[in-house]
Amino acid sequence: MKNWYKYLSVILLGYVMIWGIMGPIPRQPVLHETARNLYFHVPMWFGMFAVLSVSVWNSIQYLRTSDMLHDTKSAEYANTGILYGIVGIITGSVWARYTWGTWWTSDVKLNGAAIGLLIYFAYIILRGSFNDEQQRARISAIYNIFAVALLIPLLIILPRMTDSLHPGNGGNPGFKPMDTEHTMRIVFYPACIGWICLGFWITNLRLRLRNLEQIHQEIN
Amino acid sequence: MLKEIKSLIDKEIRLELRQKYALNGMILYVVSTIYVCYLSFRLKSNQIDKITWNTLFWIILLFTAMNAIAKSFTQERFGRLLYYYTLASPVGIILSKIVYNTLLMLVLALVGFGVYAIVMGNPVEDIGLYLLSIVLGAVGFSSTLTMVAGIASKAENSSTLMAILSFPIIIPMLIMLLKISKNALDGLDRGSSMDEILTLLAIDGIVLVLSVILFPYLWRS
Repeated sequence: MKNWYKYLSVILLGYVMIWGIMGPIPRQPVLHETARNLYFHVPMWFGMFAVLSVSVWNSIQYLRTSDMLHDTKSAEYANTGILYGIVGIITGSVWARYTWGTWWTSDVKLNGAAIGLLIYFAYIILRGSFNDEQQRARISAIYNIFAVALLIPLLIILPRMTDSLHPGNGGNPGFKPMDTEHTMRIVFYPACIGWICLGFWITNLRLRLRNLEQIHQEIN
Repeated sequence: MLKEIKSLIDKEIRLELRQKYALNGMILYVVSTIYVCYLSFRLKSNQIDKITWNTLFWIILLFTAMNAIAKSFTQERFGRLLYYYTLASPVGIILSKIVYNTLLMLVLALVGFGVYAIVMGNPVEDIGLYLLSIVLGAVGFSSTLTMVAGIASKAENSSTLMAILSFPIIIPMLIMLLKISKNALDGLDRGSSMDEILTLLAIDGIVLVLSVILFPYLWRS
């Protein structure tokens, strides 16, 4: 069962698609039915954290072992992280248009997300500016570790020092106290796991593609 | 180790003083940037929001730091760098560069602050705290940017890279600095800036430790 996470992701996301749209949710002012975005928007950030952690882990491993496989992995996990980040921003932006009345606003979580994406775009550009494979691998690994360590205060400490507009922060109604019958919780937690598994699956496909491309090049 | 760092710092300073145009150039850079801002705003003195005053000052400092520190790995020729690397340990090199760049930033920031206060007016109420924020900023900017300069110097088109690599990671630091200096500007009780100062010190600590750990890998290439 080495593909267990793929099955798990299909089953859980199937359930989330159906029960997330059809299931009951607590009535809340302002949020109303848009609260269902919780199943799609929030797990994006969990997924992004998961794949980016793996990316950094692979960067550390690369510096320790100088094995090119770790470099490829770290780049591909970072790509998936960027994808999740962009989807997270889009889902959040559409949701914000209908609840806050604007596509983008100055909120600490929004700023954190935007800066995180900027860092990883810079990482991609840094990778593109080297011709030598070994050097690209080593230097992008160093930047990956350095940047993430500086991103941690931004994402973990700063949001706690300021209020956010997000539901559940700064006196805004969140789902936790309202969700007395666990109607949202039984969809939200599986959704997180499902989206994380999907992230690993996407990366896995990309890695296999990269591997095949390399073999193709070697043959020609 | 300490002796090694000291002699490396000595070397950096001597190198800087030997080519005075570089140092003078940087000072002129700060002064003329400030003057450009002054003319762009067409200020009669004190007719600018405190927040704008503060933000503008830090943006000027950020760009000065970028320009001053970007050259710390590129001004010496490749062969000479190789020679240092055979003599000194990588940890010694990165620490000496950070200390030297901090000194340089302190000089530039204080000169900058003086000129800025003269032409743009000086609304700061708690000068001591403001100077502290400048010192913390100099340490933070120089340690972060030294490492990024090391990374960028290995690639082609390093000046663009320097900017895109360092701006996002310097933002947390900049936000903290803006908060502390805003508090100093308003003359708030110093205890209310304690949280920010501690966070900033923690970030500086993280940067220093990471630089010491990661630089040996960077140096090998």
